[in-house]
Parts: sequence; structure tokens; C-alpha cells
Amino acid sequence: MGSLLRSLSLVVLMGATALAQGPTFGLGRTPSPEQLRAWDISISPTGDELPPGRGSAKEGAEIYRTKCQGCHGAGGTGGAAPILKSKMGPETDTWARGRVLPVRAPFATIVWDYINRGMPLNREGTLTADEVYALTAYLLFLNQVIPEDQVLDRESLPKVKMPLGADEYASLPDWKPKTRRLKDYPF
Amino acid sequence: MARKRPARREFLKGGAALASGLTVGAVAPADAQSPATAPASPASSSLPMHRDTKDEIAYGARSKHVTSVRIPHGGRPTPDNFGLTFHVASPLQDQVGVITPSSLHYYATTRGSFLPETDPSQHTLMIHGLVDRPLTFTMDDLKRLPSVTRLHFIECAGNRHSPGHKTVQESHGMSSCAEWTGVLLSTLLKECGVKGTAKWFVAEGTEEVKGASSMPIAKAMDDCILAYGMNGEAVRPQNGFPLRLMVPGFEGIFHTKWIRRIKLVDRYYMNYNDYGHLDQEHHEAALAYQIGPKSVITFPSGSQRLRGRGFYEISGLAWSGGGAIRKVEVSTDNGKSWKVAEFKGTPQRMAFTRFGLPWNWDGSETVIMSRCTDELGSVQPSGAQVAKHFNKPFDKSFSVPGLNNTIMPWHIANDGSVTNGLTA
Repeated sequence: MGSLLRSLSLVVLMGATALAQGPTFGLGRTPSPEQLRAWDISISPTGDELPPGRGSAKEGAEIYRTKCQGCHGAGGTGGAAPILKSKMGPETDTWARGRVLPVRAPFATIVWDYINRGMPLNREGTLTADEVYALTAYLLFLNQVIPEDQVLDRESLPKVKMPLGADEYASLPDWKPKTRRLKDYPF
Repeated sequence: MARKRPARREFLKGGAALASGLTVGAVAPADAQSPATAPASPASSSLPMHRDTKDEIAYGARSKHVTSVRIPHGGRPTPDNFGLTFHVASPLQDQVGVITPSSLHYYATTRGSFLPETDPSQHTLMIHGLVDRPLTFTMDDLKRLPSVTRLHFIECAGNRHSPGHKTVQESHGMSSCAEWTGVLLSTLLKECGVKGTAKWFVAEGTEEVKGASSMPIAKAMDDCILAYGMNGEAVRPQNGFPLRLMVPGFEGIFHTKWIRRIKLVDRYYMNYNDYGHLDQEHHEAALAYQIGPKSVITFPSGSQRLRGRGFYEISGLAWSGGGAIRKVEVSTDNGKSWKVAEFKGTPQRMAFTRFGLPWNWDGSETVIMSRCTDELGSVQPSGAQVAKHFNKPFDKSFSVPGLNNTIMPWHIANDGSVTNGLTA
């Protein structure tokens, strides 16, 4: 009986440890706040991680001509790289306008994030925050999402109303282990 | 040293058996009915002999008679106009067993990429966001932690068979299976302490576009692996050296290669890959993560040829994102009747399972196909069944939602030639 109690209390103790999730192995280093900031390039729809800076489509057009046009073509079409201007205007249903980033993206933060992390090819990470804001503004202007003189910064960028509203795409699945992908779907 | 050398005659016989074994899956299997060429005298050494180079002694190569190769997939070349890698398909028609050799494993990049040339001593994995203790792990740290070794397939969402595909490599080659070794993501997350508000995690690689995807935290805690080993050696650069995320059973894009950062977040983070994954319909969104039960016959398959009537073992591969394969059935009469196939080895969860069915071909035109059932009881459907489920007409306009896991028919003509049996 005594040993049963002891093992029961051990189980309770182990449970408490698991809940608190203390480190078990003690490996890994704590990154400095500077390292965390430098590495954290994921921009959420709320724009929490956006750096200071600003830019407009007018400034973006200049930068685009020198740093983007070679691959993406003048005005976002006609280059070897993916098109950045939808062939169809805002009168067309957004889903029918093709998978063009500044059109299909439901948040303008995605455009900023992608330019910042992935462009220009072979020179990723060389654009300043101002340049990324300006290029984002230019691509949104090209697709008639914002006016030419609108200035984008960490406050205004997340507030841009994109063609695809938050209620115009399907909710995401609540995935669970060892469960079928879709209720009542036998395949 | 004192081992007795096998008699040369036995050696030659063994070699011949091995050679014919290797050609089972090849495009033109040897004709069993034609007389064998006269064997060399048992005492002669008429076979050409190869002297190993130092490089070959250090790292072995396959026979020059084995020429199976990968091919660019789906129209866009690799390398493309910019020299970027895009999608490359594995020669499943030649694969034997369930492990795809690392050199033939399919590979892809999310938007086209060069392959990062990473010095593993400089590579780290950072885990941060909604955790109690953000931590950075070196490769040495990761290799000290408790490891798992598991067989898992990876399949690209672009692996969609259509009537125009001539071979199983074109129709199904964006899927492969390897033995992966690494640390469970749950082990690392427990080390960091997961906050209750964490619902999703973002995984990010080091390639040009630093491909990032949002995934449910439930998957992270279930079976994701940070893999540094593949088929007994370090993960190959094309598959993410020095470290890749395995997300067993999910579409290939989630298996983040060259992974450097994992951020725990409270919402779907709408990364570039995520926005590309959005759908209009709920069922399309729900089917775009976990892969359904899928199988394909790899022998006989498109562009191969049966040399006359008689015995053949039909062979193929089955897999599912829902777990282990429970049953594979094969039809040799265009779906009129089905026979349960034999498993070659024990089916593993989210891994290729090899199946076989003995078959005597009577020499007449027919269509063969396979279908599988996984541990959840989900059954591989025909395209028509999926269309019917969603009350849509089954015609050229219909597209199977999620990764296309429908049945693949192969047509066999009177002359033994095998072609794509899809009509829509």
C-alpha cells in the first residue's frame, strides 16, 4: 500500500513536470533579442513584425525599373519570371484573376513578406525596408488595389483592403491525428 | 581469408539470376520463352572485368547497365531559364521494394530555387514565438537528442495523373519513400515549452525564397521529424541537407527543406506558400493537407511491354497520409472483379507499401488497376466516384480536390504494349 502511494505520488509529480514542460535535455542556446529580431522575417496579417519605413507606388516604380523589370517585365508582365499584374481588372471575380500575388493575397503583408524574403533573385536581403514598402505599393497600384500616392508603412500596410476579403476563402481545416481529412468523405 | 571461393559456375548462375531480377521492372523484360544465349565455358573469364578506381572504392556506383534516371516534371524545365531547380520526378517503374534510392528520390522547390550549399557546422535551427524558452540548436545538439528512424513517403501536390502521361514516372513520379532519421519535433518543442496560445507553427528554409508554410500545432506534436538522415547517410542537398522537416502524410510542400527556423504562432500566418494553398470551397481546403489513400501499378505500366502470354507478377506501390495501408486490391479485368494483393513486407504508417499479385496473362486486351484501403478505412476512389460524391459531372472540367489519389488504369493491348488507360 505504501509503495502504491509512493508510485502514485510519483505519477502525479511526473504529470506536473510534463505540464510545466521544463527542459529535459538542457541542449540548445537561448538566442539574444537581437538575433531573434534579425531572424524573425515572418510577417503576420497584423503586421506585428514589420520594421519602420515607408514608401509609395511612385518611388516603387523607379526601384522596380532598376531591380525587378529585367526578370518580371515592364509593368509586371512580359518577363521570364512570374507575372505581377493580373490580365483582368477588379471587375472580374478575384478567384478568376489568376494566382497573381498582389491580387490573390488576402493581406498586403504577404506581398511585403515575399519581396523581403525572396527578392531579387540572387540578391535577397539587399532591399531596404523603405524599398520593400515602395515596391509593395507599386505592385498594389499596378493591380488597382491602392491609389498611386498612398504611402505604405507598418501602420497602413496591414490595413490595405485587398480584393480577396477574409470571408471569400474557405476556413482552414481543424486537423487531428488519425482522423479522416474531411467528415463523411470516404476517400 | 580462408573462405572457400564459390565455384565459378555457381557465381555465373547467381549473377544471371541477379541480372534478370534487376530487369523485372525495366521497360523491356527478358522474354522467358526465348532460348538463353549459350553460357560461357565455366572455366573461361570472358566477362569484361572492371578495375575499381579510388573514387569507386571510396563511394560506390551502380552498374553501367542500370541507367534509370529522374526527369523534369510537368512541363517546366529543371534547370529553368534562371538555372533554378523546380520539379523532378522519380523513375517509379524501375524502383524495387519500398525505398527510393536517394539519388532517384523525387525533389522539388516551392517556387524554383538553387540548392543552398550549407556548412553543417554553421547551420542552426531556431525555435521561437509562443514558447517559454526560445532555443537555437546546432546540428551537434540535434544529433545528441533521442532519435527516431522511420520510413515515410513524400508526395508533391502536383502529382496528378492525366491521360497524356505516358509512363508511371510522368503520372506518379513526384512521390518517393525513404528511411528518415532525426529528432521528433515534439521533443524539441517540449524542450522549449509550448504556450497554450500556440495553434500553428511556421517552418522556414534557407533557400532563396526562404519557403515558409503554416501547419497545425497538433501535427507538430504528433509525428513531425527534424530529419538529418536519409537512407543511412546524411540527407542529400536536393532533399534539404543538413536538415529537413518531415510532416508525414501531408503534401510535399510542407516538408520544409534546409530548415532553419520554426515559429509558434496563434493563427494561420499567411506566408507566401499559405496564400497559394487557400481555396474557395471548404472541402478543397480540408483535402489540401493530408494525402488520401493512393496506389499505382508500377509493373506492368505505361510504355512497358509484355513479351507474350504467361506468368507475370503484377507489382505496385500503395501509400496513404492517413496511416498504414490495410489492403490493396488489383483488377485485371478493367474493374469488373478485384483480387486482394500480397504485401511485400509489413506496411508502415505513411510509407510506401509494395504489393504484388500473381497473374497469368492470356494474351488478350485488358485493363489493369489497383486500389488501396488505409487504417482509417478510407478507400482509394475512381475519379467518377469523387465527382459523384460532390455531385459534379465527371468530365474534363472535373478536378479531384486535394492531391489526386484516384485509381490509375493501365491498358494492355493484344501485342502486350502497355499504355495510359485514363479516359478523363
